[in-house]
Amino acid sequence: MTQVESKYKKLHAQIDRNNPVITLRDIHKAFGALQVLKGVDLDVYKGENLVVLGRSGTGKSVLIKIIAGLLKPDRGQVSVLGQEIDKLDTRELQALRAKIGFSFQSSALYDGMSVRANLEFPLVRNKRHLGRKEIDDAVAQVLDDVGLSQAIDQTPSQLSGGQKKRIGIARTLILQPEIMLYDEPTAGLDPLTSVEINDLINEVQQRYNTSSVIITHDLTCARATGDRIVMLSEGCFLRQGTFDEVFESDDPRIRNFYNTILLINHE
Amino acid sequence: MKAFFIRIYDIYQFIARFFREVFIPPYEYKEVFNQFFEVGIRSLSIISLTGFITGLVFTQQSRSSLAEFGATSWLPSLMAIAIIRALAPLVTALIIAGKVGSNIGAEIGSMKVTEQIEAMEVSSTNPFKFLVVSRILATTCIAPVLAAYMGFIGMMGAFVNVLRNEQTSLTAFFEQAFIKISFLDVYILVLKSAVYGFTIGVAGCYNGYNADHGTVGVGRAANTSVVVSMFLIFIEEMIIVTVVNKFR
Ligand SMILES: Nc1ncnc2c1ncn2[C@@H]1O[C@H](COP(=O)(O)OP(=O)(O)OP(=O)(O)O)[C@@H](O)[C@H]1O
Ligand SMILES: [Mg+2]
Repeated sequence: MTQVESKYKKLHAQIDRNNPVITLRDIHKAFGALQVLKGVDLDVYKGENLVVLGRSGTGKSVLIKIIAGLLKPDRGQVSVLGQEIDKLDTRELQALRAKIGFSFQSSALYDGMSVRANLEFPLVRNKRHLGRKEIDDAVAQVLDDVGLSQAIDQTPSQLSGGQKKRIGIARTLILQPEIMLYDEPTAGLDPLTSVEINDLINEVQQRYNTSSVIITHDLTCARATGDRIVMLSEGCFLRQGTFDEVFESDDPRIRNFYNTILLINHE
Repeated sequence: MKAFFIRIYDIYQFIARFFREVFIPPYEYKEVFNQFFEVGIRSLSIISLTGFITGLVFTQQSRSSLAEFGATSWLPSLMAIAIIRALAPLVTALIIAGKVGSNIGAEIGSMKVTEQIEAMEVSSTNPFKFLVVSRILATTCIAPVLAAYMGFIGMMGAFVNVLRNEQTSLTAFFEQAFIKISFLDVYILVLKSAVYGFTIGVAGCYNGYNADHGTVGVGRAANTSVVVSMFLIFIEEMIIVTVVNKFR
């Protein structure tokens, strides 16, 4: 497998192990007869980049949608920044979500709006008192953060996949989130663009001092961005630790996953 | 069969949610206005064209039958009845279903499968209100306006045909035309069209909102929206005509 060194060295000292920002306890979720999550426990600490690895269809997207309150678990507790999600009313949930940045698997840019309007959307929806100048400044700032200042007047259909991902990330940064959730940030991107996105994730983490959950099946991404890695399989976490710790495991399911991906990357 | 009733209940809940949320602030004025504009503009040209041709052709076709009885002077009032009572609301609704309904289904469907609806939700925006309520309001309110407009354009088509064959003037034509048309007819045109518009909006939004994953789902949502709303419009037309004739 190709080794790509990230520009941004991880600063593990910043992780505060006494301060979990996301806590999941015994999360169960089924769709009809399909049991997707079967008792998931998870803590994400302040300043940490946690990577969730897993095969397609194992419920990774379901997991972070539960964290963001987009899906309700059938059983179990979710608390984010010290608040239990299912005890919040609409107002409180909105206030909490303003502190959570969600980068969607499909970027989820609004097709009908320009890049500028996409970026303004969360801002004007959450802070209705802002003036024109403040909005323009905030838009310019996040575009600069993701290195796409020139795209401001384009429409999403004119952007490449990697650019869409960046704008999607910029759109979440505009509210200066404390937590970032990335759903497959590098899926469908070429290796070089993937490395750029990995760097962006680390850069965001340092500039905005966020804690992140990064969902992926891309080992390069996992290695480059993750302080800790958990492996999701058949509705439960198989193993967690640093990248090397996880893949030293003898568990056939982990070995299988690792070898298959190695094989694909070599082809 | 069980799935069918579950679906019906699901649609019932969707409609109930519309009526709940339409009255609760905050209102999405700007988006509602945008949608009024969208629905109106999108179908204006084809409604003008279809309305005029329908009026013209229908008059021409009826002419020969009436001529047998030497009753071509009845043409204006006969056409007024046909156009205002039946053709204008029905044809307008079918055009909106094809043009706007499919668009709503595809648009909301693609927003669903590319997670844009969830993105709205995490941006402190109620996507149901922003997308669904505004569109259903727009189709419901604009359909009567467009139907009335088509009624007028259709009568102009009829007028052109009458003008070519008999001596008449615009005022004389419309005076004759409206002898048989009462205020009730106009009222029913508006009411009927609002029902059709509501049907189109609900069908488009419901199918889009429940589109399943993938681009196939989007196409299916657009298609189902049109088929279902056209089918329902015909059923509603039959029911409304039956009821109205009992009271007329
Ligand atoms: N809203 C839903 N309704 C029904 N089934 C769902 C729903 N969301 C997800 N599923 C099912 O749950 C399972 C897990 O889905 P999920 O999207 O979380 O997978 P994933 O791990 O993110 O995979 P991928 O890598 O392909 O994104 C899938 O089998 C999917 O079909
Ligand atoms: Mg996924």
